[in-house]
Amino acid sequence: MQWETVIGLEIHAQLATQSKIFSGSATTFGAEPNTQASLVDLGMPGTLPVLNAEAVRMACKFGLAIDAEIAPKNVFARKNYFYPDLPKGYQTSQMDHPIVGKGYLDITLEDGSTRRIGITRAHLEEDAGKSLHEDFHGMSGIDLNRAGTPLLEIVSEPDIRSAKEAVAYVKAMHSLVRYLGICDGNMAEGSLRCDCNVSVRPKGQTEFGTRAEIKNVNSFRFIEKAINHEVQRQIELIEDGGKVVQETRLYDPNKDETRSMRSKEEANDYRYFPCPDLLPVVIEQSFLDEVRASLPELPVQKRERFEREFGLSAYDADVLAASRELADYFEQVNATCDDAKLAANWVMGELSSLLNKEALEIEQSPVSAEQLGGMILRIKDDTISGKIAKMVFEAMAAGEGSADEIIEKKGLKQVTDSGAIESMLDEVLAANAEQVEQYRASDEAKRGKMFGFFVGQAMKASKGKANPGQVNQLLKKKLEG
Amino acid sequence: MMKDSDMHNLTLAEIARNLAEKHFSAEELTRTLLARIEQLDPQLNAFISVTDELALAQAKAADARRAAGENGALLGAPIGHKDLFCTQGIRTSCGSKILDNFNAPYDATVVERLAAAGTVTLGKLNMDEFAMGSANESSYYGAVKNPWDLTRVPGGSSGGSAAAIAARLLPAATGTDTGGSIRQPAALTNLTGLKPTYGRVSRWGMVAYASSLDQGGPMARTAEDCALLLSAMAGFDAKDSTSVDQPLDDYLAALSQPLAGLRIGLPKEYFGAGLDPKIADAVMASVEELKKLGATVKEISLPNMQHAIPSYYVIAPAEASSNLSRFDGVRFGYRCENPADLTDLYKRSRAEGFGDEVKRRIMVGTYALSAGYYDAYYLKAQKIRRLIKQDFVAAFEQVDVILGPTTPNLAWKLGEKNADPVSAYLEDIYTITANLAGIPGLSMPAGFIDGLPVGVQLLAPYFQEARLLNVAHQYQQVTDWHMRAPAGF
Repeated sequence: MQWETVIGLEIHAQLATQSKIFSGSATTFGAEPNTQASLVDLGMPGTLPVLNAEAVRMACKFGLAIDAEIAPKNVFARKNYFYPDLPKGYQTSQMDHPIVGKGYLDITLEDGSTRRIGITRAHLEEDAGKSLHEDFHGMSGIDLNRAGTPLLEIVSEPDIRSAKEAVAYVKAMHSLVRYLGICDGNMAEGSLRCDCNVSVRPKGQTEFGTRAEIKNVNSFRFIEKAINHEVQRQIELIEDGGKVVQETRLYDPNKDETRSMRSKEEANDYRYFPCPDLLPVVIEQSFLDEVRASLPELPVQKRERFEREFGLSAYDADVLAASRELADYFEQVNATCDDAKLAANWVMGELSSLLNKEALEIEQSPVSAEQLGGMILRIKDDTISGKIAKMVFEAMAAGEGSADEIIEKKGLKQVTDSGAIESMLDEVLAANAEQVEQYRASDEAKRGKMFGFFVGQAMKASKGKANPGQVNQLLKKKLEG
Repeated sequence: MMKDSDMHNLTLAEIARNLAEKHFSAEELTRTLLARIEQLDPQLNAFISVTDELALAQAKAADARRAAGENGALLGAPIGHKDLFCTQGIRTSCGSKILDNFNAPYDATVVERLAAAGTVTLGKLNMDEFAMGSANESSYYGAVKNPWDLTRVPGGSSGGSAAAIAARLLPAATGTDTGGSIRQPAALTNLTGLKPTYGRVSRWGMVAYASSLDQGGPMARTAEDCALLLSAMAGFDAKDSTSVDQPLDDYLAALSQPLAGLRIGLPKEYFGAGLDPKIADAVMASVEELKKLGATVKEISLPNMQHAIPSYYVIAPAEASSNLSRFDGVRFGYRCENPADLTDLYKRSRAEGFGDEVKRRIMVGTYALSAGYYDAYYLKAQKIRRLIKQDFVAAFEQVDVILGPTTPNLAWKLGEKNADPVSAYLEDIYTITANLAGIPGLSMPAGFIDGLPVGVQLLAPYFQEARLLNVAHQYQQVTDWHMRAPAGF
């Protein structure tokens, strides 16, 4: 039987506010346990929440960016359950009246095609603390630094049809929240977390299969692996005559498998009700207008502009627009050298592999955009060849200065004097007289192959500095004689 | 110099004059009252904690401030706080075993503001556990006795505040009112007590019972003293999102307004079945007094009043079930011995730490919010709440204040209603609507039946505390019920 996968994702994005959603405590990651927990975060008797306006602004930014309706009045509700890292015995969240309503996000797949994924809603809530199970001699410790950190929970429609699409969606979301400056997107630190709702159904069937929810998958790679594993598990289960049960599962990256955490029957009755300590949040149009005016160019807009203005391919535009910093870098290179295609090639090629190798972010690049643009200018005016440029680039990465300084210092300027090239070629041909004779005796097809040999010898003799176009042209003339 | 034997009979206003005229110092007054508490409170059990060290330090500081030229109306005024207002470094028990070991790490806004005004805190006052009760019998620290008859309840949940003031152990105290917990004990002990408009007094540091209904307020013998306390307690607080940013009226200045032309509404539903006829007579007698002062009277209707108690006993327990979840034995308060695991820790800490009435309300509230019942109970109760509010809005188009009995019955015998919680719930029938609607309400002394006090309740539109205090004060200028003291105190 042919199976179709149906996936819906819930992404929790920690909002990059200075302070918590309902208290004045700082939200910095990695502080000593419980040093960023105030009376409110500790759930002390008598304490009350006060909503952080910046969290509301960020949620609105997000809502506008996904073309969603922002609820003119949204309401915080209490989600009641007991857990040691939940100090009040309830999480303040939003249920019936979320701040962000229906919207969508367009994603680009590897083949360059795009798909529109619906977003059901996004709501504000507070994060819980953390339970620490090591170093307490059989007991558990509680760190409430994270308790009260603002989260935006973004719920997608079940529109996603494969693990690859899921990854593309999370990447697009990651890119969007970083563009908007509302989340640092650091998945390793838990700033962006993903729950995957996965089900399968026979191809052609319209109703959904029973879904399992995989909790807290925290990297792009694990999302793909966890979903693929879960899809396989469900198909095998059904094909063996079994039934998928609605449950929460955990992905174990070490074993590459998911395992059951709790079934629907064990699930809490959260007893949601409107939080009486917080008033409904009324969002005025003037506020939304102001937020809208503050929106940066978004990834999709940037991608389209890169295609339109610079003639880049959909794929190149998508890669370059994925992060605001990378896009800014690319645009700066282009502004310096005025050649978008060369700029794109160098940014996506040499520069990206350098950054990957050194595990650096674009902001930490050892080669500045101006340096790279300056080097491309020297390619364009034939001062250096593409091959020499790679040497120049490496030297720039090693901090040896600008392209011009390196070309000058190392004498890498391309030889374009045809007299000099001709005498160099004469020497090469003389040293390879036997091959010259063979070449001249050969037919057209064979000559084509042999020609490359002479070019290689010539470039080697010139230490790469001879202008390759001239070498080609002059060599042909001499060989054809 | 005034004799020690007289100081305890003074009101806050009188104390202010005596301190200003240096008839005695705040320290002398404090020592006198502390001695009186030591001597008499064992009969009443009104105090959970007597804070003598703090009181003496605050009294000395107040005397120093006065010596330096300050002359605030509350500078050196001795008061007590209901034991659910957080007081830094001092036990804040809420009348519960689960917080018996809890020394609050901060001051409630009300405590902080009153302290800044120069009040002297003599102690923390007994109350029904987590303010759940109308008799002050659900306290972990034992029942409080009514000074007018030690075999009777003082009302609740602010029963400790009421008993202490009625017995002249204190001139005034803070209370909180979720369904009548200031007004009902005030009525049963011959005091004046005011529940302000919801949002008028900050709830920061006031341990929550039912957040959308809870409101702190003053309790004293006179309306004038309530005005003094309210002036210091009330006002916007950025730490409480439900606090209202609206300027305070001059409550003291408003007291002397004549009542000529005041339109009083008598809701017919307040005088129906269930009301002790002798209380009805006393209430009508107070109406006659007010008429003499120039008020006019009109019968009105609050048709949805009959739904108030069922609605309240869904909303309040629902909120309480969530508010009290934080008492889980993990971070503060009582923790059971040797928990086997996390579930055991939760179950036993809460089972051993909470009393029966609290458990009953947590269970009722949990049920009302549970999946499948939410619409039938909680949502419906909220709709009734809106109807009750609309009743008041409509009524206040015709009248300036609404007047009726505070309670259907006089103070009852200790233990009398323990077996039947619903009969105790019905004692709140006249007070609960003000909490559901959020309007201010006041109870004032209006006579005695068989030696037990009767209270009259006044209700006013939102933020018209000044009007309530004004009417009560004018009434107290022509009556002396509020000046009567229980025998033996």
